[in-house]
Amino acid sequence: MVRPALEQVWSWLGEVPDPEIPVISLTDLGIIRDVAYEGETLVVTVTPTYSGCPATSVINLEIEKRLAEEGVTDLRLKRQLSPPWTTDWIAPAARNALKAYGIAPPIDGTAADGVLAGRIARLTGENAAVECPRCGSTQTEMVSRFGSTPCKAAYRCRDCLEPFDYFKCI
Amino acid sequence: MAPSLSDVMTPDAAALAAAAGGEGRAPLAAGSADHDLFTGLTRLGDTALILGHRVSEWCGHAPILEEDIALANMALDLIGQTQLWLGLAGEVEGRGRDADALAFRRDAWDFHNLLLVERPNGDFGMTLMRQFLFDAWHLPLLKALEGSTDARIAAIAQKAGKEVAYHLERSADLVIRLGDGTEESHRRMQGALDALWGYTGEMFLGDAVDQRLAEAGVMPAPESLRAVWDQTVDQVLAEATLTRPASTFAHKGGKQGRHSEHMGHLLTTMQWLQRAYPDAKW
Repeated sequence: MVRPALEQVWSWLGEVPDPEIPVISLTDLGIIRDVAYEGETLVVTVTPTYSGCPATSVINLEIEKRLAEEGVTDLRLKRQLSPPWTTDWIAPAARNALKAYGIAPPIDGTAADGVLAGRIARLTGENAAVECPRCGSTQTEMVSRFGSTPCKAAYRCRDCLEPFDYFKCI
Repeated sequence: MAPSLSDVMTPDAAALAAAAGGEGRAPLAAGSADHDLFTGLTRLGDTALILGHRVSEWCGHAPILEEDIALANMALDLIGQTQLWLGLAGEVEGRGRDADALAFRRDAWDFHNLLLVERPNGDFGMTLMRQFLFDAWHLPLLKALEGSTDARIAAIAQKAGKEVAYHLERSADLVIRLGDGTEESHRRMQGALDALWGYTGEMFLGDAVDQRLAEAGVMPAPESLRAVWDQTVDQVLAEATLTRPASTFAHKGGKQGRHSEHMGHLLTTMQWLQRAYPDAKW
């Protein structure tokens, strides 16, 4: 019976890339909430990023595959909804990796809150703090709150004119 | 045994549930706490599902690429939330039905969604107006559900609320842009508002099930969501230069399983594959 140390399991999971954004790992993303043994069974607790994210089932499969490579077969994946995932949990180093990959990293504290005053303030679609990952300009504008995956918004740079993805905050 | 086509003609929810694998467990007794909870959860889940399906009908047809992507993303959020609500409903029922069984193997009379969400998409303006009138209700509903005495409901609401905050921001922005846009976009948005208005009242009408759920602190009383909805709608319509219709008439019945003619057509498309090829998997 293989029963590796929990730190070892964390480090293996840190090598599993996110299926949609392969430059960051599942642990970088902050979706692995716990790793523990229940008796002989290894229980990995995973929280979804978005409730309908199609990558969720692929992520579960990748976890099973990576751990099976190390001989861990007595495995249970547990879904945990609360507390809900937030982009604040994305590791600092991963934010640089996102930027280098062409995705502007999330700016903490800018999640949609549904408060009307805030919404009206954002009506212009401008958010000077979002830097263009290509040229570094802050002269950028939001094209749409929804992008190529549930976790991203579509932006465009007014200096270099390139469109780019912004990892939006939730 | 999996349901076959003949089940479509059988208005017998218990027999369908048994056929879907719930043999041996009695159906929940009407008026029991579990039956109320199941009903409340299917109202949430069915409403998210039917709107998610409607919005997904736009996939590949939206006027511009960005809107096509936004609509598909919102449909995905709603269908993801459906899996959580209907998954929990199936657990509460305890008769072996999962979210898929509830979505694909019930007929119209067992769906408890609001009539508003089964309205046909119409043009892009009609779809957006429906979305805004819905989002302005959906977000405060989820905020209230975060305080549910049922921790499972609170957890789902917390998750869904973060997503729906973006839905409301988008639909409110676009209603304003199109309402206060060109003469034609204004005319279409006012027409959509007038056509959909009679379907908004149902969101705030409680029945005995709602009342018992509210008394138990499980879900908010529908009436309690009216004030914040009115405030959001009035502010956005004013900015959009649109006129709030004066009528207070409300079409109702969806939450009790009495649907418009559109529901059957929608289910025909949505359920076709699982009806024709029961248990088919990718």
